[in-house]
Amino acid sequence: MLKDITLGQYFPGNTAAHKLDPRTKILLVLMYIIALFCGGSFWAYGLLALVLLLCVRISGVGLKALVRGLKPVLFIIVFTGMLNLFFTPGEGVLWAWGPFHITDSGLRNAAFMVLRIMLLIMGTFLMTYTTSPISLTDGLERLLNGLKRFHVPVHELTMIMSIALRFIPTLIEETDKIMSAQKARGADFESGNLMEKAKALVPILVPLFISAFRRADELATAMECRCYHGGEGRTKLHVLKYERRDYTALFLGTLILAAVLAMRAVGL
Amino acid sequence: MPDMIQTESLRFAYPADEGQKPVYALRGVDITIEKGSFVVILGHNGSGKSTLAKTFNAVLLPAGGKVCVEGMDTLDENLLLAIRQRVGMVFQNPDNQIVANVVEEDVAFAPENLGVPTEEIRKRVDAALKAVGMDEFVTHAPHLLSGGQKQRIAIAGVIAMEPACIVLDEATAMLDPIGRREVLATVHRLNREKGITVVLITHHMNEAEGADRVLVMNDGRVDLDGTPKEVFSQLKRLRATGLTAPDTVDLLDRLRRGGLDVPLDALTVEECADAIADALKKR
Repeated sequence: MLKDITLGQYFPGNTAAHKLDPRTKILLVLMYIIALFCGGSFWAYGLLALVLLLCVRISGVGLKALVRGLKPVLFIIVFTGMLNLFFTPGEGVLWAWGPFHITDSGLRNAAFMVLRIMLLIMGTFLMTYTTSPISLTDGLERLLNGLKRFHVPVHELTMIMSIALRFIPTLIEETDKIMSAQKARGADFESGNLMEKAKALVPILVPLFISAFRRADELATAMECRCYHGGEGRTKLHVLKYERRDYTALFLGTLILAAVLAMRAVGL
Repeated sequence: MPDMIQTESLRFAYPADEGQKPVYALRGVDITIEKGSFVVILGHNGSGKSTLAKTFNAVLLPAGGKVCVEGMDTLDENLLLAIRQRVGMVFQNPDNQIVANVVEEDVAFAPENLGVPTEEIRKRVDAALKAVGMDEFVTHAPHLLSGGQKQRIAIAGVIAMEPACIVLDEATAMLDPIGRREVLATVHRLNREKGITVVLITHHMNEAEGADRVLVMNDGRVDLDGTPKEVFSQLKRLRATGLTAPDTVDLLDRLRRGGLDVPLDALTVEECADAIADALKKR
């Protein structure tokens, strides 16, 4: 069950999508999200879906893996879709039952919302699938570097992020071990209602937290022993550098965003 | 040339609960560790051996007396980075000392902190991984490696600082026999080929085999100090500190008590076998 977590999963590869600078990819995803929220017609979403398909094709990541990423958020998608479908006020009522009614604009809104969320999630997942967590945090640190002037602890935040990512597999393994240990002593995690199941998790969470704190303590000592003293004066093994393909990708991204905005302006 | 590590009447106490007297984990330790030597520090749980190790690179600061690393006093805050760069430390749990999720990034962590230029980091990472025999795992994820391999990565991460001394604080305690052998072979090679001083903290008697010097800690003090042969032949004192002798010495001791004239200082299995064979021939 715990092995299904796809958060931050990375599929190594050597395609153009993998080789792009992480900063470029973060910027592109940002542009894509802006475009998704500015788009207001099936034409715009058609274009954006096409762009995504093309990127998926280039990245060599299977469409199946992307769709699998939607599974954990399926509930949210269905829920927002329903809300929009039944509760949007409008003129042309097609169907009504008590407080529920389906209108023209409701139908439209629901379809747009579902498309928006699906494309948004698949777009961001495409980035995490093709970028290793380390270069992702690296890119983030470099992008946010300017904020250091305003005393935002950029280095510390990205350090926390990369350590968190590093410890996900370790903690998952540990959780599995604790679960087995508790099961061996007769703990039951499967039966009972939601409340009982939640209660059954306590004997897992307590040892997990205690060991996580111990780990944090030991890791801090180990980092200090390796001369860690914050971000000041740190150098990097891998230095990020914009290549020609990054400029091309950013140019194309801007073009698509502009196209979506133009479509909105002319009411397409 | 100053010695690698020198302690003078070193005392240390962990903070006690309010109203209670602090219990000293170290109560007056005077030792000198020479450059290029391979020193094993033995002791049962709570003997102060790990505490002692942590004072060697200023993770713990002395409460009395002092520790000098190549002549640098660990109490001087300005020398902190210099001291930690000279004395690297490897800990017990490999999972809790690996920082990055790619092997090369983890090995690069220390030189990155020291502000080493990028090309130089690359060279150091490759050299360090080669030195521990892990150069095929450059881009692997550490959590998929075995315990012994992880610990070798941790050693590589320390070597990349180019230290003069490595302290291994029970670094083999969580490993299986194969992993333990890998790690020991690696540190012995580093000591021999690169002249790196090694301080190995352990409670496995057999790991003292091949060391230049063995220190036995008991109750916050150094109880025995000498070559492995000198230390292990003092069976009575060894047992008094709560340690058992290596199997070979134990066997020879039993034979002696049984009337066979064998020396007590044959440590390795081969030496032990030869000693018994000689004694039998004499009969």
